[in-house]
Amino acid sequence: MMYYSRLRMASVIGVCLIGLALCLPNVIRQPVASLPWRQIHLGLDLRGGSYLLLQVDMNSVTADRLRGLQDETRQTLLKNSLGYRNLTTTAHGVTFTPRTPEEAQPDLKALRAMPMNVPGEFRVEQAEGGQIAITLSAEAARQRAYDAVTQSIEIVRRRIDATGAIDPEITRQGDDRIIVELPGISDPERVKNLLGTTAKMTFHLVADSAIGSAVPPPGVEMLPMTDGQTKLPVFSHVDVDGADLTNASASIDQQSGEWAVNFTFDSTGAQEFGDVTRTNVGKRFAIVLDNKVIEAPVIRTAITGGSGQITGGFSAQQATDMALLLRAGALPAPLNVIEQRSIGPSLGADSIRAGGYSLAAGFVLVIAFMALFYGRFGWYANIALLANLVLMTAILSLFEATLTLPGMAGMLLTLGMAVDANILINERIREEVARGRSALQAMQAGFERATGTIVDSNATALLAHVMLFVFGTGPVRGFALTITIGIVTTLFTTLLLSRMLMVRWYARTRPSTLPV
Amino acid sequence: MMFDRPLLRFVPRGTKINFMRGRFIGLATSAVLSIASLILFFHPGLTLGLDFRGGIVVEARTQGPADFNAIRAALAAQHVTAAGVQSFGGPDDVLIRLDTPPESEPDHEARTQAMVDSVRHAIGTLPGAQVLRADAVGASVSKELFRNGMLALGISLLMILAYIWFRFEWEFAVSAVVTLVLDLTKAIGFLVITHFEFDLVMVAAILTILGYSTNDKVVVYDRVRENLRKYRTMPLAELIDLSINETLSRTLGTSSTVFLAALPLALFGGASLSGFAWVMLFGIVVGTSSSIFIAAPLLLLLGEKRLRRDARPPVRN
Repeated sequence: MMYYSRLRMASVIGVCLIGLALCLPNVIRQPVASLPWRQIHLGLDLRGGSYLLLQVDMNSVTADRLRGLQDETRQTLLKNSLGYRNLTTTAHGVTFTPRTPEEAQPDLKALRAMPMNVPGEFRVEQAEGGQIAITLSAEAARQRAYDAVTQSIEIVRRRIDATGAIDPEITRQGDDRIIVELPGISDPERVKNLLGTTAKMTFHLVADSAIGSAVPPPGVEMLPMTDGQTKLPVFSHVDVDGADLTNASASIDQQSGEWAVNFTFDSTGAQEFGDVTRTNVGKRFAIVLDNKVIEAPVIRTAITGGSGQITGGFSAQQATDMALLLRAGALPAPLNVIEQRSIGPSLGADSIRAGGYSLAAGFVLVIAFMALFYGRFGWYANIALLANLVLMTAILSLFEATLTLPGMAGMLLTLGMAVDANILINERIREEVARGRSALQAMQAGFERATGTIVDSNATALLAHVMLFVFGTGPVRGFALTITIGIVTTLFTTLLLSRMLMVRWYARTRPSTLPV
Repeated sequence: MMFDRPLLRFVPRGTKINFMRGRFIGLATSAVLSIASLILFFHPGLTLGLDFRGGIVVEARTQGPADFNAIRAALAAQHVTAAGVQSFGGPDDVLIRLDTPPESEPDHEARTQAMVDSVRHAIGTLPGAQVLRADAVGASVSKELFRNGMLALGISLLMILAYIWFRFEWEFAVSAVVTLVLDLTKAIGFLVITHFEFDLVMVAAILTILGYSTNDKVVVYDRVRENLRKYRTMPLAELIDLSINETLSRTLGTSSTVFLAALPLALFGGASLSGFAWVMLFGIVVGTSSSIFIAAPLLLLLGEKRLRRDARPPVRN
């Protein structure tokens, strides 16, 4: 208890020096590029910026797959010259009635040969009453939802990168959510609009025969035009998918002088586009974006080059954003912004100033208190306090943690609480001195008895804050993390560092009485 | 050296204050305060912050003192009606609140977002005005945040109970958690009276004061346990008094340092942190006094029969 080996002392001092070195990246610039240079980031509440919480619309993921499944079923049956009645989608699949009971077996055989996105994605069975049901499995639905979020994150990242945002953070939260943090962007309206667009582009043939009929025939949908007033009947079957695009750009059309979006297909897309346009010359081909018809030009000749142009009366910004969206790819499902927090740069600066001054003032008050009420041992506690601040900063830098306003408060409170361990030791030493113990005995007893109490009291505080970290969100997690780290550094600085200072002082001076 | 010896002393050496004599007054005062807090909790109730209530809050700074009529007119021009426009902080800072569409409506999230943009546009039409902060929390998120906040509170209390139970006997754990619950009710009463908004940051503040309060109780209990082993024949009331007196200097010392650390934050920490800091200050005072006046008497009530069972015969002698 009262002896510190050279090795032990060297390691305590070593840890403090390493801590000091780890703090450097926060104050000076990186001298050599190869040197690891980790620093604390300022949270959005301090530097200004926006936080968006997005929710992936899972219903639409399911609905999309069901629609696709229904379309595939219809195509498969037609290809095999099988008939069907009452082809409908249910909550988990597709059902239909075979044309004749004899066709049930060939139906099952043909449908079971349909390609699956994942093994065991759906089951094809004949239900009682002769109906055939194609049911999606729950496991596959979960996988699809997970993939949808993963893919959404990728698309969101590409779209945001394309806007030129600096240091955006995009992370998954829970099953169906995405957090987007945009430092420096205090007005997220454009980003919100970009993310709020699914940008699913498909090409369909127009069902000219159905124009004017109130109820579209099977396999035909009425889709609104972008003007929002008229509707156009198009075949549900997707002839060419915008997912096969490789590039898109905005430019001014040479002939009309209007803004247009040029696009290029990959080989699959170019092939399909060529085939469809070759066999359907003279018909209208609808370009559909997010279930709205942008335009439906008449196919004049086969387009085999794999590129095309959309002119939909765009403004410059609209054309640029649309090209951006097409380049970045379509979202697998619509995203809804369910939480938005944005902070302007001036408020962040105000917060840093107020928080910084308060932190400094609190720190000075604690130091003065310890010096006045505990004398020499109080100063040792203050040295430990300073080391504590350094180590906390070092660990936060190492984690590249984000310092938020509540996090700053957490640091301050940790420093206030940190001296508790020193107070416990000092008070214990005082008691032992009052009982007539010698200086050595009193210090020994003080350390020994106080240690259990210190560990107990810190363990309970640790529990509370780990809980807060687990269940908290946003800035509150920063607060919990800071305090949790603070408790660990406090245990080190008080149980090892300040005690070492006291022990060294005793060994050096061998006092007969203690300054308590 | 001039700073060798302490210049000041908090508590004179060897105090012998008879805290347990006032135990019923302490418990009664606490009960009255906690019941009053509970009444306040139900009526008028907590002022829920944006995190838990959901809705839109926009803070803006205008050029010169805020002209509320101009702001309302600008909002009306963008077809939004504010639930409240009030000054906030300085004379040129305004706070605009809007209610979000009910969750039952299909596109309520999208409309909420559109409303934020409209408020931004409205502020943009005022000369020299800028948006300092714009927050929008949807109804589903606010419910979830509230549930998580309460879950964090509840689980923390259970963990504290389990930890103290594990380290001490059950009488200690139960007295500590009952005291913590009483502390918690008083903190809620404080929030109702002061109109500080109850949000996630406040949950963090409350958890911190619960952590602090527990810490304080553990120190006193630790001493009680030590003295139970040391003085095998001392009656429990006397023993608890002795333990409190012995730890009094530490209790006041630590609560002072935490108080001093949080004080500048309450006074100068700015709008977003001062509420948090005031709750902390309140919690420190409550937590410190409840260790002495609530947790210790409760331990006496619960433990009188059990903790001193082996000591009874010598006492009668």
